[in-house]
Amino acid sequence: MSNQEIDKEMEELLKQAVAPVQDTELRRDLWPQMLRKLEEPPLPTHNVPWFDWALASLAAAALLFFPGLIPALFYHL
Amino acid sequence: MQLLERFAAGDLEAFEVLFRQHQKEVYAWTLRIVRDTGIAEDLTVETFWRIYKHRAGFKPDGNFRAWARRIATNAALDHLRHARHEITLPENLPCAASPDGAVSRETRDSIHRAFHELPAKYRLVATLALVEEESYNNIAEATGISESLVKVRVFRAVRMLRKKLNSLRPEVQTK
Repeated sequence: MSNQEIDKEMEELLKQAVAPVQDTELRRDLWPQMLRKLEEPPLPTHNVPWFDWALASLAAAALLFFPGLIPALFYHL
Repeated sequence: MQLLERFAAGDLEAFEVLFRQHQKEVYAWTLRIVRDTGIAEDLTVETFWRIYKHRAGFKPDGNFRAWARRIATNAALDHLRHARHEITLPENLPCAASPDGAVSRETRDSIHRAFHELPAKYRLVATLALVEEESYNNIAEATGISESLVKVRVFRAVRMLRKKLNSLRPEVQTK
């Protein structure tokens, strides 16, 4: 069996396993929820915890010393 | 002053009109990507919040519907990126009818699991193209990438799915 045929078979398996969404009707008006979100005070921009900065520094150091990780990082983004 | 001009100028009433005109469509599009009604509702609100926040960047002679769909797709993609490791399979998974019973429950679960482990950007295009059978052109427009890149991502998604499925359940390996 060629790769193309196998991929086709995989597509068919996926279609059998995952059904398309049938009912996409919105049951309620979301405007009240929207208004609440608009009225929320903006989040302060300086609330990044110290351990997030530590994690970011570690990640930056890892990328600096092991540039081979960069493609893997892009792959997962 | 036209509705879109008023919206771009920050008129909340104009935004409400646009919200009510487009909320159903944005919700339906988002639901087809995330496949959960509660999450789709939250993401619809998030989409319109982003729309309102970036209203100044919208050109009133532009296509609001296409712009909203692009933002909704990005919001859904952000959700898939952050939620991909939190997926648990429900007891009664919705599945397509299989008259010949070709796909067993176990195989179906394995496919679901493998599918949810795909990187978000691949899962998004595979869901829209293969499950929802959306046209490549529409997917390209909504994701902001070229049609040929959509095809490449669908192709890669299928290949990744095959590999993942083979590693999860060797007995459902394709020949």
